Amino acid sequence: MIESLFPNVDWDKMWEATVETIYMTAMSTLLTFIIGLILGIVLFLTSLRQLWANKIVYWLTGIFVNVFRSIPFIILIILLIPFTKFLLDTIRGPNAALPALVIGAAPFYARLVLIAFQEIDKGVVEAARSMGATTWTIIRKVLLPESKPALISGITVTSIALVGYTAMAGVIGAGGLGTLAFLDGFQRTRPDVVLMATILILVIVFIIQWIGDALTRKADKR
Amino acid sequence: MIELKELTKIFDTGKAQLTAVDDVNLSIADGEIFGIIGYSGAGKSTLIRILNGLEKPTSGTVDINGQIITAIKGAELRKARQKVSMIFQHFNLLWSRTVKENIEFPLEIAGVPKGQREAKVKELVELVGLAGRENAYPSQLSGGQKQRVGIARALANDPEVLLCDEATSALDPETTDAILDLLVDINKRLGLTIVLITHEMHVIRKICHRVAVMEGGRVVELGDVLEIFQTPKQEITKRFVAQVTETEDSAETIRNLRELYPTGELVKLIFVGEQAEQPILTKLIRSYPVEVNIVQGDISHTQRGAYGTLILLLKGSKEEIADAILFLENENVQTEVMAND
Repeated sequence: MIESLFPNVDWDKMWEATVETIYMTAMSTLLTFIIGLILGIVLFLTSLRQLWANKIVYWLTGIFVNVFRSIPFIILIILLIPFTKFLLDTIRGPNAALPALVIGAAPFYARLVLIAFQEIDKGVVEAARSMGATTWTIIRKVLLPESKPALISGITVTSIALVGYTAMAGVIGAGGLGTLAFLDGFQRTRPDVVLMATILILVIVFIIQWIGDALTRKADKR
Repeated sequence: MIELKELTKIFDTGKAQLTAVDDVNLSIADGEIFGIIGYSGAGKSTLIRILNGLEKPTSGTVDINGQIITAIKGAELRKARQKVSMIFQHFNLLWSRTVKENIEFPLEIAGVPKGQREAKVKELVELVGLAGRENAYPSQLSGGQKQRVGIARALANDPEVLLCDEATSALDPETTDAILDLLVDINKRLGLTIVLITHEMHVIRKICHRVAVMEGGRVVELGDVLEIFQTPKQEITKRFVAQVTETEDSAETIRNLRELYPTGELVKLIFVGEQAEQPILTKLIRSYPVEVNIVQGDISHTQRGAYGTLILLLKGSKEEIADAILFLENENVQTEVMAND
């Protein structure tokens, strides 16, 4: 039945591509989370009337975030080819997609982190200061836990965007479902391959959304 | 002992300069409950934040038990803050932590080991009357319970001073009274100095020993709570006192009384402290030929004794009434003939 609906699908290749997509999404999500969080913290703390209020650092970080958030991803990949080559010595394969994925997504997540922190009641930070907390303690024990639901729902959105980015990265040969759909499906006129790859990408997206929602609900004690 | 000397705070808001605190000098004794009252914008919020270094004054010094809070910073200031803790109008609890974990937070900051933290939290939960609610999240608590958590949290590191920033302003009257009772209890039991700011005279009357009235960044009146109630000097102080006594001496009530009792003289007596317990009325009735009608009476208790007002209708000849009033004045009862208006 399935064989007749998808006559041209090579299931081993399809599975391999799925694993590559999951790998790229997972690795880039992890790195984006870490780098985006750091950028978000810097943006928040250096903004006006905050603990490290510093116009220059805030301005520079803001420019970096805005520039990389604004470049269309497909162009960013091409621009970053020399950087990727320098970093990994190759521009092919799942790992080669990671620098572009992370540099494209981390600034986006940094903005979401900043918004999450801005939503925290200022009084709570003041209370922590009044108890003699250091800035590090405030980051670790106030900012991060108090914004946890927003941080999780933010990384969920980012992660889903990254699934889309991995498919685009497929065009330059990153591997995964995007490459498969483009090379084996589109260029060889096999619509069933494109359709199957699409279905698998949708499944991945739904699973990420479902996990993200469950974690957000669990973290939210408000 | 808290000593504020020539404290001034000027906010630079770009074009204009705003003097939030203007040359304030105060001295607050150990174990005292000291109230600062003022309308919003009077500078009291800024003033209380200077006491724990959340705001830096433009000039002047704050000395708390020998430590110049305004001169220290960094680790030294953070250490000092553990001894000058604060509770807030909106409680400012961490919603991501349970009651127990919220109270534990300042202990974590102070680096108290886990075992000791647990014991201390248990003791504090008992002290503020939250036993059984340790594992609830703030979202599951009422306003009064949230403030109890705030108080427990503030007491965790055995502070010497407790700063209360409009701590009862977000609570209903009944809960306010319960929280105020708790503060008095803590003050007596732990010998803690309490500095509170409020815009409600009721709070001052109920728990404060002394009060400073702030207006435009300045302390315009300062004194014992009873004394302030008895003889408010500034216009603003009179308005604050009227907040709690208004019910009996508002112009309308007096007018109503005049209509009810067209003959005779309406006299308002103010009793303070021990006088409130003396049988002055008995003496008056026994020794003077005037007729005495009690029109209205009210007595309220402050931390420094009772404070009462009594409105009498005296009937008799002019001389008899004048004699009676003279007697009252000689008994040191503050007497006020309520004029026609």
